[in-house]
Amino acid sequence: MCGIVGLFLKRDELRPQLGDMLTDMLITMTDRGPDSAGIAIYGDEAEGRVKITVQSDTPDTDFEGLEPALSAEIGVAATTRVIDTHAVLSVPSDKEAAAIAWLEARGLRIMGSGQSMEIYKEVGLPKDVAARFGLRDMGGSHGIGHTRMATESAVTTLGAHPFSTADDQCLVHNGSLSNHNQMRRKLAHKGVFTRSENDTEVGAAYISSRVADGDTLGEALEGTLKDLDGFFTFVAGTKDGFGVVRDPIACKPAVMAETDDYVAFASEYRAFADLPGIEAARIWEPEPATVYFWER
Amino acid sequence: MTITLDMAQTDLRTVNTTLQAAAKGQANEAYIIENPRGSHAMACGLDGALDVTVKGSTGYYTAGMNKDATVTVEGSAGPGVAENMMSGVVTIQGDASQYAGATGHGGLLNIRGNASSRCGISMKGIDIVVHGSIGHMCAFMAQKGNLVVLGDAGDALGDSLYEARLFVRGSVKSLGADCIEKEMRDEHLTLLAELLEKAGADAKPEEFKRYGSARKLYNFNIDHADEY
Amino acid sequence: MDKTPQTLPRQSWTFSNEVNSEIRRAAATGIYDIRGGGAKRRVPHFDDLLFLGASMSRYPLEGYREKCDTSVVLGTRFAKKPIELKIPITIAGMSFGALSGQAKEALGRGATMAGTSTTTGDGGMTEEERGHSEKLVYQYLPSRYGMNPDDLRRADAIEVVVGQGAKPGGGGMLLGQKITERVAGMRDLPQGIDQRSACRHPDWTGPDDLEIKILELREITNWEKPIYIKIGGARPYYDTALAVKAGADVVVLDGMQGGTAATQDVFIEHVGQPTLACIRPAVQALQDLGMHREVQLVVSGGIRGGADVAKALALGADAVAIGTAALVALGDNDPKWEAEYQKLGSTTGAYDDWHEGRDPAGITTQDPELSKRLDPIAAGRRLRNYLNVMTLECQTIARACGHNHVHNLEPEDLCALTMEAAAMAQVPLAGTNWYPGKPGF
Repeated sequence: MCGIVGLFLKRDELRPQLGDMLTDMLITMTDRGPDSAGIAIYGDEAEGRVKITVQSDTPDTDFEGLEPALSAEIGVAATTRVIDTHAVLSVPSDKEAAAIAWLEARGLRIMGSGQSMEIYKEVGLPKDVAARFGLRDMGGSHGIGHTRMATESAVTTLGAHPFSTADDQCLVHNGSLSNHNQMRRKLAHKGVFTRSENDTEVGAAYISSRVADGDTLGEALEGTLKDLDGFFTFVAGTKDGFGVVRDPIACKPAVMAETDDYVAFASEYRAFADLPGIEAARIWEPEPATVYFWER
Repeated sequence: MTITLDMAQTDLRTVNTTLQAAAKGQANEAYIIENPRGSHAMACGLDGALDVTVKGSTGYYTAGMNKDATVTVEGSAGPGVAENMMSGVVTIQGDASQYAGATGHGGLLNIRGNASSRCGISMKGIDIVVHGSIGHMCAFMAQKGNLVVLGDAGDALGDSLYEARLFVRGSVKSLGADCIEKEMRDEHLTLLAELLEKAGADAKPEEFKRYGSARKLYNFNIDHADEY
Repeated sequence: MDKTPQTLPRQSWTFSNEVNSEIRRAAATGIYDIRGGGAKRRVPHFDDLLFLGASMSRYPLEGYREKCDTSVVLGTRFAKKPIELKIPITIAGMSFGALSGQAKEALGRGATMAGTSTTTGDGGMTEEERGHSEKLVYQYLPSRYGMNPDDLRRADAIEVVVGQGAKPGGGGMLLGQKITERVAGMRDLPQGIDQRSACRHPDWTGPDDLEIKILELREITNWEKPIYIKIGGARPYYDTALAVKAGADVVVLDGMQGGTAATQDVFIEHVGQPTLACIRPAVQALQDLGMHREVQLVVSGGIRGGADVAKALALGADAVAIGTAALVALGDNDPKWEAEYQKLGSTTGAYDDWHEGRDPAGITTQDPELSKRLDPIAAGRRLRNYLNVMTLECQTIARACGHNHVHNLEPEDLCALTMEAAAMAQVPLAGTNWYPGKPGF
């Protein structure tokens, strides 16, 4: 039960403003989700390298000396950017798996990884979460944000959205899935494991498992309509853009806006109020049981 | 006299208190609301003749439970616009989101753009005219009143319909349980002409088809169990 | 002559006569069994709890002399005009349509005399009940039958019904027999047809949308009225927490023994949790959010006497609501109608075909002749008496436990007779300091 925002920029000149625009959208959705907030931002990428976003409840001790230790472990130089409880580590692509295993073994929580995606999420009001991470100053091509009103799983950092279960992929959700426990067991049987009790993470794992099996993201999103039960509006982020799908009943709200500069998604129109040129934007609601994509 | 309230400076509580008092007091004033910024529950609970124009788009439940007032949104309206409206006229210049006119008892809801899903759900006497198209599950369990659509209708139109009358000019993606096409008789053409005129809609009654309840679900019958 | 001993004919526990009769009924009619009332099966209940009383370690209060307060204020969180009740027992929502006008009037009279509130139901507000109820809670239901802003404003509180203990997750089904001209008129439907009430609200789904719906209701009523959220006893921890997050002033929690005017028997008996099992998780949710006693909790579903009231309060409720018990007090299932119950294929105490509208007691009917049998003044007095007795009983127990206000009853005043009750109420099994699931064991 939540608020979702998403913004996909069509013009590169606007990239420095992405964080600023998304932050206002996110804060507007506070009423829908006061428990926690998170954002996936698709920013700069470096050839041949991936970024791993990790979180710690005790960043002062956990992030101290992390960079040299990780570099020593993987045998090449890693770089680190610490932002509040999160750290973004950059490693060569072929060292990603080794780095993640080592980081997890050190007790760090993996928020996500990918060439361009960084994920920041914490418990607390969206405005406070945004301020902690300095979201306003972040740039990028597109981003997805989420404010959470927890339904059944705990209010924790791991329970916050977005969920990422594959490189550069993330998922946010508004609604409530009714067969996620069954699906979690099914996925575990295939060797796909989730880190939380959260229903959305199961949705994310389902999608990335389908993609890993060779489906396109579009096919995987189509699959949610058949295999996931319950009420959902999903927004899935990828390196090149994002996809949107609503369940066939489509009770959870969703509204989109498009101008020459951007495509925006939100749970409520309110989130668009500050976007430039919104008065003249094309505004519509995604149809039920229909997959939409915006890609570069 | 026209009074402007700017929501960049005035909070929702003040706006609604002002409008409600003016409607109740029959002040014969007109209000303009600027910078609505998608606010919820705008101009709701008005009880009396009052003219309100909202300059921009609104959030949920705009003009909810309206009585007698005339509310115009010069933009799009969020979910549940004019829900449970009793009387008066609510006009949306842009599109309306889900549940437009839900459970409305009376008055006219005039949507110049499109309406999304569940338009006229459980309507109880309201007249709704949509100049564009409507989404799925519209007029679900609609009890009374008239829904007029100049464009197309989505899936499951009029599911579990009671006595409401549905008029659609364009295509209907699918009809819901117990909803059937019905003969357009003179009385319906007359009614439709009146509704179109009231809504300022540029269409001829002859272009529409009428849909209504087959009344097979009115009393439980095991032979219709598939419909449940 | 064969003298070989034979075993007695043996009835199956699984396929009992009752079960077989239902199979035959289903086979003959092709419709599920619809009935009124709440769960009839035996479930762990307040009967399985006892109060410890005071002696040396705690001091009891003197009956009749030393004050034991019973007042309760509902809606202190946001509402400008909270509801003040003399007693912690309210009358649950029951519709005009399900009940006769006389019955609604009697409920209003009885509740008002006892200093408490009554509640409308699915079908709108009638003049009888508004006129005779000093404090009236107006239910906001998915059907919105008869919903209008004038009644909303003349209500004392608004109860947004999300679920009901008899059928959490279900809508309504009122068969055509009871849809008279007046009932049909109030509901904007033709006479004599079945009424299918939706299971979800028409214009919002989920707590994030409910928050906005509550905002609208408050804006329409000048932020005066307490907003109650009624939930069925299904997932009480989460549902209570979400009701609070959505902005509720009061949470009404209805366990599976809570009644209904009409729904499928399979729903009543197989969906939901016993009232006893619902209270602690709901209280836990309130405590986790720091909202216990800030957002009041009203518990219903199988409350019958002052002991039940006291036990519900001890487990953390602020008040209780009664429905079935109130109808019995008015005269429902009274032995004086036994001959007529027999004619309807039922018997005193078992009559539950409330949906058919042929209630001999004139309560769950719209038949004018039957309705006339209920004298609303006398029935109102009976309800008043019964509410007073319950209150006195509850006070007696509270005093015995050393409390000067019934709200000071606490779980530590209780012990459980069975393991089940101990686990559900999270109070020790009698004679021990342990209950199943107690941390640290």
